[in-house]
Amino acid sequence: MDQFTINLLFVGASFALYIGIAIWARAGSTSEFYAAGRGVHPVVNGMATAADWMSAASFISMAGLIAFIGYDNSTYLMGWTGGYVLLALLLAPYLRKFGKYTVPEFIGDRFYSRTARMVAVICLIVASVTYVIGQMTGVGVAFGRFLEVSNTAGLLIGACVVFAYAVFGGMKGVTYTQVAQYVVLIMAYTIPAIFISLQLTGNPIPALGLFGDHAASGEPLLQKLDQIVRELGFNEYTAHHSDTLNMVLFTLSLMIGTAGLPHVIMRFFTVPKVADARWSAGWSLVFIALLYLTAPAVGAMARLNITEQFWPNGTSGEAVSVETIETDEKYLWMQTWQKTGLLGWEDKNGDGKIQYYNDANAEMQEKAAANGWEGNELTNFNRDILVLANPEIANLPSWVIGLVAAGGLAAALSTAAGLLLAISSAVSHDLLKGQLTPNMSEKSELLSARIAMAVAIAVATYLGLNPPGFAAQTVALAFGLAAASIFPALMMGIFSKRVNNTGAVVGMLVGLGVTIIYIFLHKGWFFIPDTNSFTDADPLLGTIQSTSFGAVGAVLNFASAIIVSRMTAEPPKHIQELVESVRVPRGAGAAVEGH
Amino acid sequence: MSENSDNNNSYWAANIRLVQICLVIWAIVSFGFGILLRPMLSGISVGGSDLGFWFAQQGSILVFLALIFFYAWRMNKLDAEHGVDEQ
Repeated sequence: MDQFTINLLFVGASFALYIGIAIWARAGSTSEFYAAGRGVHPVVNGMATAADWMSAASFISMAGLIAFIGYDNSTYLMGWTGGYVLLALLLAPYLRKFGKYTVPEFIGDRFYSRTARMVAVICLIVASVTYVIGQMTGVGVAFGRFLEVSNTAGLLIGACVVFAYAVFGGMKGVTYTQVAQYVVLIMAYTIPAIFISLQLTGNPIPALGLFGDHAASGEPLLQKLDQIVRELGFNEYTAHHSDTLNMVLFTLSLMIGTAGLPHVIMRFFTVPKVADARWSAGWSLVFIALLYLTAPAVGAMARLNITEQFWPNGTSGEAVSVETIETDEKYLWMQTWQKTGLLGWEDKNGDGKIQYYNDANAEMQEKAAANGWEGNELTNFNRDILVLANPEIANLPSWVIGLVAAGGLAAALSTAAGLLLAISSAVSHDLLKGQLTPNMSEKSELLSARIAMAVAIAVATYLGLNPPGFAAQTVALAFGLAAASIFPALMMGIFSKRVNNTGAVVGMLVGLGVTIIYIFLHKGWFFIPDTNSFTDADPLLGTIQSTSFGAVGAVLNFASAIIVSRMTAEPPKHIQELVESVRVPRGAGAAVEGH
Repeated sequence: MSENSDNNNSYWAANIRLVQICLVIWAIVSFGFGILLRPMLSGISVGGSDLGFWFAQQGSILVFLALIFFYAWRMNKLDAEHGVDEQ
């Protein structure tokens, strides 16, 4: 059986499973559609949250970013896990006690203002749609590669699948589907990593192998890696090279953004009790950490494998020949990926060999001149292909490659589905039922939720065809937007009795507005290319890149909300009592329907 | 009524203290050990690199996990002590 058939088999079987579950767990009522009747066990909920949370950015993109940069990109690891501490300590239990379905509902009630609720809906839609665009990009790339179709065709197939189970399933269907997706994605991520860790270090646990010894040389793996990349003129893997301020702000943005993303927060509405909401955040992080502790090992080991493939005789020996790349089975992955346009090489000096080194490094330029090299000949290596190509690079069995294909798609599709659910509930529950047509029947509310999902998928698919950047960059922007707008409003709603309606509205508008303008100034207005005035290489404010600005936006949100609240009347008595009641678990009942 | 609100106030104060302690640890392991204080920890080697590198790549995640479970356990106990747990 050839690789294509095996991929198709794995992807097909996993999809049949997801769709089967979605049909089996079809939501009947509004409460089941949004919050699964609040009957989900914390461990199950944690697993579903993990699948929901780990997207194409975590699965496909992150290890590649770490592999080629090293220590400086630890920001992703800390940022995307540290947010769960904020979520568990500052938001989850209180929002569960509050007992409504959606984030805008809490903001609207706590700040006794329909305007606040509408502003929250806008913030939610802006952040979520940006996030879905990133996912759809990832879906397109993964489908394109594994079904051997064009990127556009891959994207359209993916959109249909997301539509099928998100629209017909609702939260209940999505919860159980996502448990299945978690199992598929974590196996797909860890199995190849275990193989590779055994090959390189003899340790079956990749997270420990990373800090173990390189079996072939007997030296510590990281020391070996540092040495090899240094000899080729690249930055040392474990050393710190980037700007420290930007690194701190970027990590903080990802953390706050995690705790401000509506599709993650919504998960904590579905547990039976307040105490369970606390445990549930912990369980989510357990399941996420299984991947996140493996990711740095995947990155470092892949970097070592790739470098050694180009320099099979060591960095001072002969480089790999073009003939070997074209004929040796070990290099088959290069030919497959070359077809996608995401990998490229060129024998610039015509010596029949491919020299891979850092041609911007002065020492290497001298060495190159002495050896007759004419620049780095590995001309293109898209970082997003690393995880998907990794099992092929390490020559793992073809069933492992098929499994990774299924895992990458599970990661992208589960997150897209969760976000679409958050968007559809914001539109149907908060915008239509809460504002425009309060007397809507349950049936037409469900219908409008499904229509909203279909529209959101169409918009995201369209924008996914011409995305503002790579999947992970787009996703980081979504985090910044959530950090600057939603998280501060939620936190102040719980921890302050003094912040009032005007303060919250001003805070959210300032946070979202300033952040989105800063992003557009660097990434182009509405992400249209060449309309930007600055670049992230030379940002407007010091060294703060647009992806790191969310943390600044959050501070502005807090500050303006507190200042405006102090200048205006304090919240009425019944709101202060509401805050008091949210703070204690006792009396948390079932869902409160409507208003 | 006032007894009840006194109880709730002391419950909330205890919660805030716990949250503050946890967040200080949260910041020290990630922004501290992982980034800003890494140069100070460079003398302590961990498997081919140093302690700061380990905290940035794995250590902080393990501490985050411990923090959340500790907080959940401590709060559930605090709920019962103050009689504000769900019955």
